Amino acid sequence: MGYVRGLKKGDENMSEPLGLKAKLGLNVFKEDKERHIEIKAGFEKDPRLIRAVYVCPAGLYSLNDNGEVEFTIDGCLECGTCRIACGPEVLEWKYPTGGSGVQFRFG
Amino acid sequence: MDEKFDAIIVGGGLAGLASAYTLAQNGLEVLLLERGDYSGAKNVTGGRLYVSPVRDLFPDLWKKAPLERFIAHEEVAMLAGERSLTLRYSGNELANEPYQSYSILRAKFDRWFAKQAERKGAAIITKTKVDDLIIENGKVTGVLAAGDELKADVVIACDGAMSLISERMGIRSPGLPKDHAVGFKEIIELDPNVIEDRFGLADGEGAARLFMGEVTKGKFGGGFLYTNKESISLGMVVSIKDLMEDQDVTAPELMDNFKLRPEVAKLIRGGQTAEYSAHVIPEGGYKALSKLFADGLLVAGDAAGLALNIGVTVRGMEYALASGYYAAQAVIAAKEANDFTASKLSLYEKLLNDSFVIKDFKNFKEAPQVLDNPRFFNHYPEFVGNMMKDIYEIPAGSKDRLYPTMKKYMKFGELWAMLGDLRKVMKI
Repeated sequence: MGYVRGLKKGDENMSEPLGLKAKLGLNVFKEDKERHIEIKAGFEKDPRLIRAVYVCPAGLYSLNDNGEVEFTIDGCLECGTCRIACGPEVLEWKYPTGGSGVQFRFG
Repeated sequence: MDEKFDAIIVGGGLAGLASAYTLAQNGLEVLLLERGDYSGAKNVTGGRLYVSPVRDLFPDLWKKAPLERFIAHEEVAMLAGERSLTLRYSGNELANEPYQSYSILRAKFDRWFAKQAERKGAAIITKTKVDDLIIENGKVTGVLAAGDELKADVVIACDGAMSLISERMGIRSPGLPKDHAVGFKEIIELDPNVIEDRFGLADGEGAARLFMGEVTKGKFGGGFLYTNKESISLGMVVSIKDLMEDQDVTAPELMDNFKLRPEVAKLIRGGQTAEYSAHVIPEGGYKALSKLFADGLLVAGDAAGLALNIGVTVRGMEYALASGYYAAQAVIAAKEANDFTASKLSLYEKLLNDSFVIKDFKNFKEAPQVLDNPRFFNHYPEFVGNMMKDIYEIPAGSKDRLYPTMKKYMKFGELWAMLGDLRKVMKI
């Protein structure tokens, strides 16, 4: 996925994009006592999970060296895109407990 | 809790708040449950509210509403790989009151709107997620939230694009990738003077810009920019189906590349990103709308699929406000008749059908299929970009005549394909 690196720069004043982790670090998050999204047992190697790698705007899904999809909940924007892409058969998906998770200050 | 409410509203976004505000204004006992720390904490918009269609539904609301800038300048840019073509539209009709549309930040607006609903008498409880519906003999009689059973004559599901509440009731299926887009955006803080100079804005004016083409790598969608008072909303809306099927670029990579486009980079130069947000947008149109009511239940806003992408605009907030308002009207009528069955609550659907909401959805019912055409996002931006290059280019030697130069673009196959696309576009 070297798309950023492949792009031509046309403006010397352009800054490198803020890393995704740093960008998510700008948000206000309140920790939940449980993970609100889980890969369902038995679906860890389901091919549909790879979709989440491409659609998740927070980049929480990634492919490891064994070709398996890894997932972290930290930084979840609660948009639901992974549920729509992978389906509720593959993901146990609910909203975080009330008063936790991302709290947008601008939205 | 033994108290029974006239209505319980799930979700304090625009649909829920519009319902709560209208019900409370008419003297009904209404409880709104919001899972965020405050209304707006979980809500995201690209950035623009069209006030015109909903102005008269909430006549007292707009004067003091915390909106950002009225949009007086519209631009759409077709981005090819190495060049772009931009159309700019300004007009007195955009710059004169009453203004058609405003940039908006939901955390600010919704929080304020919630206060107005409370002032009318609505009870709003935040930090509380609704976990389930209470269903007795097939009729919704309340909700289960944070371990409490809360009872009401009617529940209004305004729980957003996922609407787990309507899924639970069995009146909608889990959302499909083809009917949904993902929107993601950054709030980029900039000095108001810089914003005004950079976008050529007079006092209070704002600008809206759309970017189509290379920024989505041919996927259905585009980039957007709205100027707020002290920040810029910069983001993209991209088809979930295209992203997951193409598997050539991730959503965050699209955003990074969008910001690196010279046309965009110069607009956000010196700005500081303050927030990164994302949201699912239902955009399957009329054919993807789900059932709007059941015994003791109404569904409004994104939860009902009420967002519409017609290419140059992606709208949801006016439909949320209006559907919340009409849901409230149906509940008021149901309360008068003391009848909360599906057949009585179907008044909601009738009111929506007669309003701009369903009229818009019917008028644009072909839009999702027509716009799901990679040529719009891939071929045409390159095509017009190449034509502009040939028109404007002065080579070292002599310049070719314009007509033969343009004619080479208009081969039979191209014209035929264009005609086909045009015939489809005429359905919109």
